[in-house]
Amino acid sequence: MITQATQGQETPSAGDHQARPLSGVRPGEKVRLVRVNAGRGLNGRLAAMGFVPNVGITVVSNNHPGPFVIIVKEARMMLGRGVAHKIMVR
Amino acid sequence: MRQITVALAGNPNSGKTSLFNMLTGAHQHVANYPGVTVEKREGYCRHKDCEITVVDLPGTYSLTAYSTEEVVARRFILEEAPDVVVDVVDASNVERHLYLGTQLIEMDAPLVFAFNMSDLARRRGLEFDLEQLSRLLEARIVPTVGNKGEGRDALLDAIVTTAQQERTKRTHTVDYGSELEEELLKIEKAVAEFEQQLAKRYGARWLAIKLMEQDEEIFGKVQRQEVREIVTGSIAHIRGIFRDEPEIIMADRRYGFISGACQETIKSTVELRHDVSDTIDAIVTSRILGLPIFLGLMYVTFFLTFRVGKYPMHGLEMLFNWSAMTISRHWPAESALWLRSLLVDGVIGGVGGVLVFLPNILLLFLAIAMLEDSGYMARAAFVMDRIMHRIGLHGKSFIPMLIGFGCSVPAIMATRILENRRNRLTTILVIPLMSCGARLTVYTLFIPAFFAPRWQGPVLWIIYMVGIVLGVVSAKALRMTLLKGETTPFVMELPPYRMPTGKAVFLHTWLRGWMYLRKAGTIILGASVLLWAAANFPRPSREALAGLDEQAAQQQVLQHSLVGRIGRAIEPVIRPLGFDWKIGTALVGSIPAKELFVSQMGIIYAVGNEDREASSLQARLHADYTPLVGFCVMLFVLISAPCIATTAMTRQETGSWRWALFQFISLTGLAYTITFLVYQTGRMLFG
Repeated sequence: MITQATQGQETPSAGDHQARPLSGVRPGEKVRLVRVNAGRGLNGRLAAMGFVPNVGITVVSNNHPGPFVIIVKEARMMLGRGVAHKIMVR
Repeated sequence: MRQITVALAGNPNSGKTSLFNMLTGAHQHVANYPGVTVEKREGYCRHKDCEITVVDLPGTYSLTAYSTEEVVARRFILEEAPDVVVDVVDASNVERHLYLGTQLIEMDAPLVFAFNMSDLARRRGLEFDLEQLSRLLEARIVPTVGNKGEGRDALLDAIVTTAQQERTKRTHTVDYGSELEEELLKIEKAVAEFEQQLAKRYGARWLAIKLMEQDEEIFGKVQRQEVREIVTGSIAHIRGIFRDEPEIIMADRRYGFISGACQETIKSTVELRHDVSDTIDAIVTSRILGLPIFLGLMYVTFFLTFRVGKYPMHGLEMLFNWSAMTISRHWPAESALWLRSLLVDGVIGGVGGVLVFLPNILLLFLAIAMLEDSGYMARAAFVMDRIMHRIGLHGKSFIPMLIGFGCSVPAIMATRILENRRNRLTTILVIPLMSCGARLTVYTLFIPAFFAPRWQGPVLWIIYMVGIVLGVVSAKALRMTLLKGETTPFVMELPPYRMPTGKAVFLHTWLRGWMYLRKAGTIILGASVLLWAAANFPRPSREALAGLDEQAAQQQVLQHSLVGRIGRAIEPVIRPLGFDWKIGTALVGSIPAKELFVSQMGIIYAVGNEDREASSLQARLHADYTPLVGFCVMLFVLISAPCIATTAMTRQETGSWRWALFQFISLTGLAYTITFLVYQTGRMLFG
């Protein structure tokens, strides 16, 4: 299983307040949503699906290439890599 | 008797469909919402002296204007004002599913909550204080288990009571916090003052909320500049404070409202463990096993369709042959022979030839229903996203394509789950390459006629694979040329695995099978009679038939008829594909619906040779053609022009004849090219 760590993302242990894309989060890790960097349409749609500020996100699997699976508000969601890049977490 | 209209709202994966089926049974009716092409399912039931019409709204996460489904669902609730709106909530995940409920509360719809799949929730150790929660939500809550039929009466009781009771003003609604509430109040006042008609119709508070959410549809309804200015100002103000879009803050507050309501009323007695779904997912969506498992399941599906379906099929075949013989034998000699021919050759030969395949069709639908109901279908989309992405499509595109194996028409309708128009167009255009159930009837006729039993499964598999590969290549080509552009982001909920219940699966299968039967009873019956006429008229003169024995005379009639003439006319064109005029005739006649090919062949042979008892259609085909020609016929039927219904649906969904004609012509061209190459190469290889 290849994680995004190879793509030059910060290490998750830093405990910083700086946001990083969800795509860089390793399986099993729990993070919180900061914001979604997308157009209004996708932003609103994601918010309705539970992607609201500060919500907890658990990454279940992060296979590269391809979509990955996370748990948001107790539901499993599949995300494409494009979306995962736009979701900023800490 | 009182009439009550009920709208079923709910998230995708809330089990809304199974609840709908539970309420209405087989009393269902499918139409389209006016103006848009979203499927509208309606059903009927009776309860306590009330006649209840249940409308199944499209599954949505919210009621904004992000997609056609949401607009349709919202419009139905606002404009049609159903007596009761039932919000179907997955009881094992109330917090997430109540989001839609908060919007229904804001619309002030007369609400009943169905906490569906409550058995699963109980097993997960959730305990509900429904009384308290019901007080907070100000609506009745009924626990249900849609796929097992539990809670039906209680839900209907709640619906009837809610419909008959006085409406009171709500006391609990979502509180958006002082900053937002202040701005909302401003907008509310402006709306009430300047847009009185709108306010009267939809409520000033709801309009204010939607305007704050920057809902374009509602904003478009506002005419007065004063209101528009206030709205724009408020939005800018909120943006300035929160440094985020107002609708995001509002979504957050709605979730806050829900968790407030749930905190006191829902208790989890068991810690959520790593459940079975995770373990299954780790296997079926894994990088190495995911695709083989998927392909394997598809293979098993088609193997079952073919092998298991063989036995009831033979039974039906015998039944139709027996009735044809019985009619022929007992027909009074020399009286109205044309009527006998119409009944035996036209009706029984045509419709019977298609009905024989009902067991196969039902088995295929059964398998698809099981894959859907178990939750595997969503995983299939996940597995396929890797591949679909490479051909420039969305993993979700795979779902309509999969439905395409049943029938292209609902498949094209299912492309509405794709938000990106280019993605959607590409998917629509290649869907006919996914071999539909109608074409299966052609394969089930041809494959046993030309191939030994142990080769039948593999040949069928190859045919389906050819369609898939061509679909993939065409999609890629389209995305690189005509329909260039970015792919849409992929977000999709994975439903938990469920054991499909027999009842739900059978209802699914039955409804689809019934649609097929109706098609056989109407379009195919009509077309069969027309075809019979085209194969018998115009008749040659009496002199031309004089002196010929019965068989030769029949041959003469057929060759002289309209069918024979068209078939002959195109023969030079299709000769290089290995086809003769009989095949050509059946191909022309199968343009209205692919399964007609089979009844066509049946009629052509029955007309050409009366003593059909001696040899079945398959034996006749085997005697007339080589396996290579048989294979080429299947290829051509697979790829060529989609049926009339599909073409009409493409036109409807793409909004122009241009795409429908493009699909029709380019697929036929592709079919000709591929079949030509296969036939010519095959001839060189096998002589």
